[in-house]
Amino acid sequence: MRVAMTVNDADRAADAEPRTLLVHFLREQLRLTGTHWGCDTSNCGMCVVLMDGEPVKSCTVLAATASGHSIRTVEGLEVDGRLDPVQEGFREMHGLQCGFCTPGMMLTARALLDRRAAQAHPEPLTDAEIREAISGQICRCTGYTTIVRAIRWAAEHELADDKTAGTQPVHASLGGESCR
Amino acid sequence: MRAEAHDNPEYGEAGPQPVTRTGAGRNSATVAAMQVPAPFQYERATSVEHALALLSQLGEAGSEVRILAGGHSLLPMMKLRLATPEHLIDIDDLAAELGYVREHDSAEGGPEIRIGAMTRHRELLESPLLAARARIFTDAERVIADPVVRNRGTIGGALCQADPSEDLSAVCAAVGARMVIRGLDGERVVEMDEFHRGPYQTCVAADEILIEIRVPAPAGAGSAYEKVDRRAGDWAVVAAGASITLGPDGAVTEAGIGLAAVGAGVSCPRAQASLLGGPPTADAIEHAATIAAEQEAAPVTDQRGSAEYKRHVAGVLVTRALTRAAARAAGSGG
Repeated sequence: MRVAMTVNDADRAADAEPRTLLVHFLREQLRLTGTHWGCDTSNCGMCVVLMDGEPVKSCTVLAATASGHSIRTVEGLEVDGRLDPVQEGFREMHGLQCGFCTPGMMLTARALLDRRAAQAHPEPLTDAEIREAISGQICRCTGYTTIVRAIRWAAEHELADDKTAGTQPVHASLGGESCR
Repeated sequence: MRAEAHDNPEYGEAGPQPVTRTGAGRNSATVAAMQVPAPFQYERATSVEHALALLSQLGEAGSEVRILAGGHSLLPMMKLRLATPEHLIDIDDLAAELGYVREHDSAEGGPEIRIGAMTRHRELLESPLLAARARIFTDAERVIADPVVRNRGTIGGALCQADPSEDLSAVCAAVGARMVIRGLDGERVVEMDEFHRGPYQTCVAADEILIEIRVPAPAGAGSAYEKVDRRAGDWAVVAAGASITLGPDGAVTEAGIGLAAVGAGVSCPRAQASLLGGPPTADAIEHAATIAAEQEAAPVTDQRGSAEYKRHVAGVLVTRALTRAAARAAGSGG
């Protein structure tokens, strides 16, 4: 069957069997291998992508179901060479070790910050909220402390606004600051 | 709900989902390693009527058809070949039509909360109406799977899948919810006892769809849910839900107790009846919990614990749930 969806703001279509899971459609048909494939049983959260802005485990969503919807993968976080504040946060706060869980963690973080922005949430983001948001995703390096710090960094720098975080070109932001 | 079929003894050979057509002509070892469902024909329903027409048409042709709601129970079972439908009817698009939580004044039954079958776990968790009037849902949703799974899983899917460790069947039994089932010939409304027939079995016929859950929400009602699991977000080792409605004199006029993961049944009619007519004292609650645990729970020993342990936990959780439900009923309600 023909499966067509918006992926990272671009219209994408490919032929796929009805039984094709979204994670395989993204990785194999569209060659977007930033979405990782882990336990395949909706436990580990490696395969999290955003579907209409909300995190879903793409090993447990049919590509056919996602057809017609808007999908955002880790490849869609960086826009025009500028890192998302969440990506900046993971770099600044050493939010990754082996990197396997990182795409899913960053997308869940992105959705958390987007939801708060939409609700004009007046309270500062607490670590408990961050931990709850990522509780369906496992980091086997057990680097949760730095992941939480990374997401909080992104939240703080988003508040400061789009002027600071996320506006550094990628090549410039790979310079000295990140080596602190 | 999250996938852990491999870890649940109820999914075994004796279950109602026979392992058939395994591999279906392919290399089954490769398929199993890839964890992809067996091939099926895919239909996408755009309305309840459309879904019913598809069910009827495909059913008459002799096909094995399953409805796909949020997919977080059915797809894992299909990966494991515990379910091998020839046709899937995807009702994800019905989330707009059947995704709601709203108040309704029922002509015969008093005030109730109506929940659309495609309402997702997250919407139940975040519903201010449920948090105010039927807190058992909020309690339970907090401990169902994890936030990402809750974005997809639906109440209708959970109830129709009827996993023996599933939480919302116990919740619905505790609050005396009624299920609205629609077929091409019209709707019928059934009590939870009729709806839930045991593990993976409900009274929903092959050409019908569960469309709504009706939860009584009288004044003076309180409810609560308690669960013990091995780790955050896991299936229950044991879970118990309770609801209490108090009359103006402080006596119990309605009581409900629902259990998860301790046997085929989810309701506890004898324990409930023991509470009626008197105030919900600690002694009365203890007595009801003993009846529920000793006479109505039917746990089996498995990797989550021994039958003896689960029976003990059931008694403790029923006591806690009833105590909190009674306090809520006497307080601000919900």
